[in-house]
Amino acid sequence: MNTPTPQQSTSTPGERARALFQVLKSKDLIPDGYIEAITQLMEHEWSPENGARVVAKAWVDPQFRELLLKDGTAACAQFGYTGPQGEYIVALEDTPTLKNVIVCSLCSCTNWPVLGLPPEWYKGFEFRARLVREGRTVLRELGTPLPSEVTVKVWDTSAESRYLVLPVRPEGSEHMNEEELQKLITKDVLIGVALPCVP
Amino acid sequence: MDGFHDLGGFQGFGKIPHTINSLSYKTVFKEDWEHLAYSLMFVAADHLKQFSIDEARHAVERLDVRQQVGTTYYERYVIATATLLVEAGVITQDELDQALGSPFKLANPPHSQGRPAITGRSPFEVGDRVVVRDEYVAGHVRMPGYVRGKEGVIRHRTTEQWPFPDTIGHGDKRAIHQPSYHVEFRVKDLWGDANDNGLVVVDLFESYLDKVVAEQTVTA
Repeated sequence: MNTPTPQQSTSTPGERARALFQVLKSKDLIPDGYIEAITQLMEHEWSPENGARVVAKAWVDPQFRELLLKDGTAACAQFGYTGPQGEYIVALEDTPTLKNVIVCSLCSCTNWPVLGLPPEWYKGFEFRARLVREGRTVLRELGTPLPSEVTVKVWDTSAESRYLVLPVRPEGSEHMNEEELQKLITKDVLIGVALPCVP
Repeated sequence: MDGFHDLGGFQGFGKIPHTINSLSYKTVFKEDWEHLAYSLMFVAADHLKQFSIDEARHAVERLDVRQQVGTTYYERYVIATATLLVEAGVITQDELDQALGSPFKLANPPHSQGRPAITGRSPFEVGDRVVVRDEYVAGHVRMPGYVRGKEGVIRHRTTEQWPFPDTIGHGDKRAIHQPSYHVEFRVKDLWGDANDNGLVVVDLFESYLDKVVAEQTVTA
């Protein structure tokens, strides 16, 4: 039997969000411009294009690659890509026999400044429940089938470390410059569910 | 807290509603209110200093199970922020109900006051074999249930330290700062029936771990 919960509300999520906003506003607890400034960061400044710049540089600059793998925070700070939910950054190096993938099984933790806010599917129950237990199957379903010699390593973001995947530079990209390489590195590549490919 | 939020390994879900690279991600917020979920949380946590992000996570975990299942991601953070502000006495349930025009259902009260970290032990080293302590924690904890009692190998010790979540997640400012460790587990050690040869790395605070003592030492 599907019993309705007590006090079940008929309100919509948007109405509840605006009600909380209204209560705080009426008590003068929200500084002018505060919400607008954070929304600007979330919508425009934290973006997978930031992570793409970091990875492309690591592909063309061995010294930067070494720094990224040794001290991801310092490497991303060179671009100014640190901040809330990106204060202790660790880059995960793919190899021909290792594929790294990121999840947060307990909520949605993501490296915001480098990857952007997490997409709906990453925060969804399906991905959170299934990836840790059947990573290879999940990757295949999402569109990334891997040969059996490749080990799938899932990183559950359960404390303060925030990750990005450093994928293997794809074959056929030898002639590409840094700017062209950036276009191969999508948000899904940085999360680790996709491999970069040359069009 | 052994709640519904602890989803790692939970079976019964279907396919992830996504195929790779199929979204532009250009509209970050799909509805006009969604930016309020995080921005109001930051107003309350960062500007008003009423709670930590750990407490916000715990408040989301305290949502009634049916409410967790039936709400979208951003809704849960609106409810968590409202709950913590009511608990802190900054706003009242009545004010929320008035503004909404119907009952504003908040998260359930906590079942625990939290707990302190373990202190006085030597830190673990990269390569150490560790076991996740076989503990049941009614309050906030950042140990996913699927690693409880399981053995893994330390691959990294963080160079920074953070307040212990089981303490700060309850608003207790006495939280000890600790490093966390990237502990690597074999999927087959976590789920005996798994047919995946993969690995899972979980980022675990020091107090969740014990060093595995070599067997000959135990029997000697």
